[in-house]
Amino acid sequence: MPQTRNLIDEYGKRTDGRTIDELRPIKINVGVVKNADGSAFIEFGKNKILAAVYGPREVHPKHMAQPDRCILRCRYHMSPFSTDTRKSPAPSRREIEISKVMRESLEPSLMLEDYPRAAIDVFVEVLQADGGSRCAGISAASVALADAGINMRDIVSACAAGKVDEKIVLDINDTEDKEGGADMPVAYMPRLDQITLLQLDGTLTPEQFNKCLDKAIEGCKMVYQIQKQALMQKYFGNELELKEEQ
Amino acid sequence: MSSSKRSTIIVEHLRKQQMWDAISKGKRIDGREFGEQRPLQIELDIIKKANGSAKVKLGDSEVIAGVKVETGEPFEGLENKGALIVSAEVLPTASPHVEPGPPDEDTVELARVVDRGIRESEMIDLEKLVLIPGKIVYTIFVDCSVLNADGNLFDATSYAVVAAILNSHLPVFEIQNDKVVDTGSKQDTPVSTIPTSITAVRIGEIVLVDPTAEEEACMDARITIATNSKGEFCAIQKGHAGSFTVEQIREAAEAALTKGEAVRRTLKELTGYSH
Repeated sequence: MPQTRNLIDEYGKRTDGRTIDELRPIKINVGVVKNADGSAFIEFGKNKILAAVYGPREVHPKHMAQPDRCILRCRYHMSPFSTDTRKSPAPSRREIEISKVMRESLEPSLMLEDYPRAAIDVFVEVLQADGGSRCAGISAASVALADAGINMRDIVSACAAGKVDEKIVLDINDTEDKEGGADMPVAYMPRLDQITLLQLDGTLTPEQFNKCLDKAIEGCKMVYQIQKQALMQKYFGNELELKEEQ
Repeated sequence: MSSSKRSTIIVEHLRKQQMWDAISKGKRIDGREFGEQRPLQIELDIIKKANGSAKVKLGDSEVIAGVKVETGEPFEGLENKGALIVSAEVLPTASPHVEPGPPDEDTVELARVVDRGIRESEMIDLEKLVLIPGKIVYTIFVDCSVLNADGNLFDATSYAVVAAILNSHLPVFEIQNDKVVDTGSKQDTPVSTIPTSITAVRIGEIVLVDPTAEEEACMDARITIATNSKGEFCAIQKGHAGSFTVEQIREAAEAALTKGEAVRRTLKELTGYSH
């Protein structure tokens, strides 16, 4: 990926006006899909992503059930209108891979052994895509799982870091992803200090890699606060307001 | 839809216990050290119909890769670059658990991770492979077939792709009267770096390099890290439904640098490339 123009200006500002340590604005609403057992809507920069959880429920087809634990099924899907050029609604190889890494990033946080013979289904629908939709999707899905009341070890928070103009920056946006030097999405369980997703596109020296990993984890911790607040807002909203008034 | 599943290979409880006993003594059931790869054998130029080919044996995992070159339109947004397409298939010959049919998510992941390692390292200088900018470019297909699967298909396939590319010579195409003509002569493939990937798995608190199928059946999490000739990281993929600590990731990254360099040396000696 050869870089044709500077993506960070002389004042240290990025194409969208952020500093290198700044996340895009994030907003999470919990319980937005009435029929689902748990759900969340995340706006992460220009990403608009809906996550809905159904389950634990009976498994169909039955032979997929496991006697000692619950299975987790995960679908990451982009709406045809979510991108600049229309995306075919059929699942692409990219979506198949993201569905897989998304499931694998959420599974370690769930106590699947508590629901033998059942299934939990997670549907992540990208309504509008910006860079970093898998991270935003994972963060929303984890909140939706908590909203569904699934027994969990921790929330999974996800955020990317990367390299732009030879600098390590937090939360790569679409332009930086396409024109920058590297993109490294990370999902992390903040209380357990465990990494559940790690991918890298682009080149990093060992020093840059270490810096990038630290920065992404910092970002995940910031996302974690927002996820926690969103859940608190839904379940203790009035009490929170009362506390603030006092 | 991606669904959690039990391992396709049922490792018997006794075998699992043996594996644990060995690990607690600092060994693996096949006698290797934790950081030791299985023997790597590479044969070059085994398919004469291909522009380049290689067969790789990593332990009992066996992969064949072939390069075929055509001309075609460039990818959208990459008008001034040749096109590179890496695909991978696990043949029904590879194990009793493989069925013919459309690729499952594991195979899709395998192909995409191998492709990412080659693409992100910019192994082939694709800018040198343009005939008419924006219209006609070289299209390089590298297709892989897993003949026998015994774990760590990520590394075995990636070595096969790299070896096949290093072994390849491209036909020289020319534009004559608005038509693409094969001049019949050959040119060296423009290679700028040699990427190598190293896969490690976590079993309990131990990180093992180059897992066998049995070890993969017992693993908690997996990570594949590709490095280039400069010792930089160029692609990473964590896989499987488990997690790593930051220290375990750094341990795997360190192994990827040193073991990857050793594999790179082997590839260089074999093919005569000096990058």
